[in-house]
Amino acid sequence: MSALLEVDRLRKAYPSTGSGRRADRVVLHDISLAVAPHDVVCLIGSSGSGKSTLLRCLNLLEEIQDGVITFDGREISDPRVDPRAVRRDIGMVFQAYNLFPHLSVLANCTLAQALVHKAPKRVARSRALELLERFGLADKASAYPDALSGGQQQRVALVRALCTRPRLLLLDEITAALDPELVGEVLEIVRAEAEAGMTMILATHEMAFAREVATTVCFLDKGRILEQGTPEQIFGDPREQRTREFLARVL
Amino acid sequence: MRVRRAVLATIVTVVVLGAVLAIFLTSPGWTAFRTYFLSKSDFTGSFKSVSRGFWMNIRIFLVAEPCVLVLASLVAVCRQSRSPWLAPLRLVAVVYTDLLRGVPSLLVIVLIGVGGPALQVTGIPTSLFWLATIALTLCYGAYVAEVLRAGILSVHPTQWSSAEALGLSRTQAMWRVVFPQAVRRAVPPLMNDLVSLQKDTALISVLGVWEAMRAASDWQGYHFNGTPLFVAAMYFLIVAVPLTRLTDWLMLRQIRREQGR
Repeated sequence: MSALLEVDRLRKAYPSTGSGRRADRVVLHDISLAVAPHDVVCLIGSSGSGKSTLLRCLNLLEEIQDGVITFDGREISDPRVDPRAVRRDIGMVFQAYNLFPHLSVLANCTLAQALVHKAPKRVARSRALELLERFGLADKASAYPDALSGGQQQRVALVRALCTRPRLLLLDEITAALDPELVGEVLEIVRAEAEAGMTMILATHEMAFAREVATTVCFLDKGRILEQGTPEQIFGDPREQRTREFLARVL
Repeated sequence: MRVRRAVLATIVTVVVLGAVLAIFLTSPGWTAFRTYFLSKSDFTGSFKSVSRGFWMNIRIFLVAEPCVLVLASLVAVCRQSRSPWLAPLRLVAVVYTDLLRGVPSLLVIVLIGVGGPALQVTGIPTSLFWLATIALTLCYGAYVAEVLRAGILSVHPTQWSSAEALGLSRTQAMWRVVFPQAVRRAVPPLMNDLVSLQKDTALISVLGVWEAMRAASDWQGYHFNGTPLFVAAMYFLIVAVPLTRLTDWLMLRQIRREQGR
């Protein structure tokens, strides 16, 4: 099956800070990755290994220095490509929810539909309400984000991303800021979306969850994909010493 | 316990205020002060003229305030934009805020009020009302622009990221996501500038515009009595205090609604 998203030898570096002619700080080296439709790719690795940066590169929130990103057969890393056109089809959810605090839950969910996808008001509303209903948030539609619990806020953020019917969903450690007892309600939605066939790339620290839903697991270490394979392979019989060490620490 | 403390605090306050009042009333010049500033006949005599003058202050304020907000928003947003098309405008915006914040408002008013018509260019208004309004708008636009810019900078960058991740353009992200939050945060300092603008409409008396301050000084010069100054002060207070209370209330209501309390 042809890939929905393909990354070929991506390199991302930040210009060196401070004086002197030090080399740039490279945060992603030679990343190559293929994601087929309905794949669920889990990125694991310790903090600072480049998981979040990689996700941000994929929807062009970060500039890349080298390599090619192809989405749906089109090279989106080409500087002539309008990032907005790419982001129309890629949803993203962040660790800190990032809901818009001045807008109600419903308005958070209809904003992009109206502005970016030019959906008529009634259509946007009913789409948002339908998803809120499905994820148990129907009674919160007119509430403001600050009045919700962390778990509820993150579920709203997921709904907001799903409202525009993305073809690829990027989830950046979406349960990392939550109290342990709130993690379940958020992962439930992700699980439901995975079962419904949504293509996803998620950075996560929830190993049990990664093992359960992932079709591919990538272990990132110091900005490289050190090892990738099926969950059975990575969690059961990792090839690399570094992967074993990491898993021994987190499992 | 609580009630007793409150009663005690009230008594102390009344005593202190009473003492201050007593110092006023027993001061050697109190009688002279009263005849000069608190004369009943001058109050009634000047009331009509000062009231008419204050109507001018209100009109200028009502026109200048929306102009200030629009100008300041544009300047603040322009300074935070990244578009290369706006690069020259960004420079103009920086120079504008630096200049207009650095020069005393009184000077700007005189320069524009006297210098504007002196250029004899068609299109530059000669009505003192408009010249004064333009001068005040330019002065306060610079202050308010900086307040709004600080508000924009205080919005966390993740708000930009999530707006852009949803596919919004930078302009849409600014006007629909970041700017509304910036304004909410800037309300208290904005109120300061709003009330300050309302008071500074008195400065335009230097141009000879017939407003409250001018009317009061006119009476003072003619009748050698300063009571109309008190009338003018009273008018400014009547507008400023409820205005401050109203925005306080609006802001608290907004906060309560957003935090669900």
